[in-house]
Amino acid sequence: MDFGLSPEYLALRKEFREFAKTEILPFANKYDRDEVVPDELIKKLAQRGYLGGLIPAQFGGKGYNQIIMGILNEEIGRACSSVRSLITVHTHLVAESLVRWGTAEQKQNYLPKLADGSLIAAFGLSEPLIGSDAKNITTAYREEDDCYVLNGVKKWITYGQRADLVIIIARNGDAVSAFFVERTTPGYEAIPIKGMMGTRASMLAEIHLKECKIPKENLFGRKGMGFVQIANNALTNGRFSVACGSVGIARACLEESIAYAKTRIQFGVPLKDHQLIKRKISNMVTDIKAARLLCYNAGYLRDTSNPNSFIQTSLAKYFASKVAVESANEAVQIHGAMGCYEEGNIQRYYRDAKVMEIIEGSTEIQQVMLSDNAMGNIDSILDS
Amino acid sequence: MDSKETIKAFIQKKVGEETQFGYDDDIFKLGLVNSLFALELVVFLENTFGISVENEDLDLNNFNKIANMEAFIQRKKSK
Repeated sequence: MDFGLSPEYLALRKEFREFAKTEILPFANKYDRDEVVPDELIKKLAQRGYLGGLIPAQFGGKGYNQIIMGILNEEIGRACSSVRSLITVHTHLVAESLVRWGTAEQKQNYLPKLADGSLIAAFGLSEPLIGSDAKNITTAYREEDDCYVLNGVKKWITYGQRADLVIIIARNGDAVSAFFVERTTPGYEAIPIKGMMGTRASMLAEIHLKECKIPKENLFGRKGMGFVQIANNALTNGRFSVACGSVGIARACLEESIAYAKTRIQFGVPLKDHQLIKRKISNMVTDIKAARLLCYNAGYLRDTSNPNSFIQTSLAKYFASKVAVESANEAVQIHGAMGCYEEGNIQRYYRDAKVMEIIEGSTEIQQVMLSDNAMGNIDSILDS
Repeated sequence: MDSKETIKAFIQKKVGEETQFGYDDDIFKLGLVNSLFALELVVFLENTFGISVENEDLDLNNFNKIANMEAFIQRKKSK
């Protein structure tokens, strides 16, 4: 059983790592302070094909598989979680879902533009009063002869400030459906949300929909199956991206802690020679390796269309986000005051890590799902 | 193993050996599985029986009972 990456995957990882190191990492703190990821970088991500990673080549994408996307998410997440968040919502939540469930016309209309970055996409599920309780959204739609009309408010929408196209989940009585909504639609307004604790540059917005008329052909998936078919599918896709991005945060914390521990002298010796520091490093190494393997396992199962991929993605996200938070906590402790200083990266990793335990299904939601699955049949989780 | 038995074995693994249900029981209404399982079921049926589930197939009545799933598979295969 070989858990190592193939030469092809190692070459891609080298490419992704170099891009993240030169084009993202040096500017990540500025993005965080300014609360903006600039369009210049978004264009570079598109030109490299990263925004279209999961879009088939026939639509202008790279046609990467899940393992490659996992590596990409880790490398970009290692540099900047706000930038990785764009891949999460645009590529995984929207483009990947469109590839699976879109009509031929929707794919032809949107996928090439999502691939080349001429359209940036986001996913609108959360509302001011609805987070984990996603089935009870209140954004409403009604059906008219030639269109659907949407009314409501979505909140905490990642890249909502920037998105040209948003999947909106809305209800009509008991029926929940999904729609492609373009920002140019009359009645659509995106209001920036500033001041987030973490992933501050992921340009969140509150999206207001007032009598937004959506053409019938913009219904996404089957009418009435918007939650079961589209939201569940999209959230699982996003969960995988967040899991791998969390490994990136944790690895960033470990690498900077190792570098610091080698040079910082206290009590006459480098930190690395102090046993309690060794303990922290050993725990971080072990947890990050385990989290990465869970991510690769989930990626492999997703690539082979294995039904166990859903729960394994939950497992990966639950553990990797926990590891990110714990690693960031240890990294701050190892760095001391330097870990709390705004000019360094550690304080950003610490704030960004916490967000990973909330988005794409909170830690508590993952725990409920994992426990219910384990109660049913523990082998279905441990064996796949 | 016929298709109904194959499907039952898959669902049984999920819900545990001690949970009893029959081919005509609505597994969602009985609370044996949740809505996320619907997607797992779609992937399982596609892989196991070589069919492709499209938007128009996503009527919950095709997936709520094993007997209905078998009928759905047969309709897909006969096309």
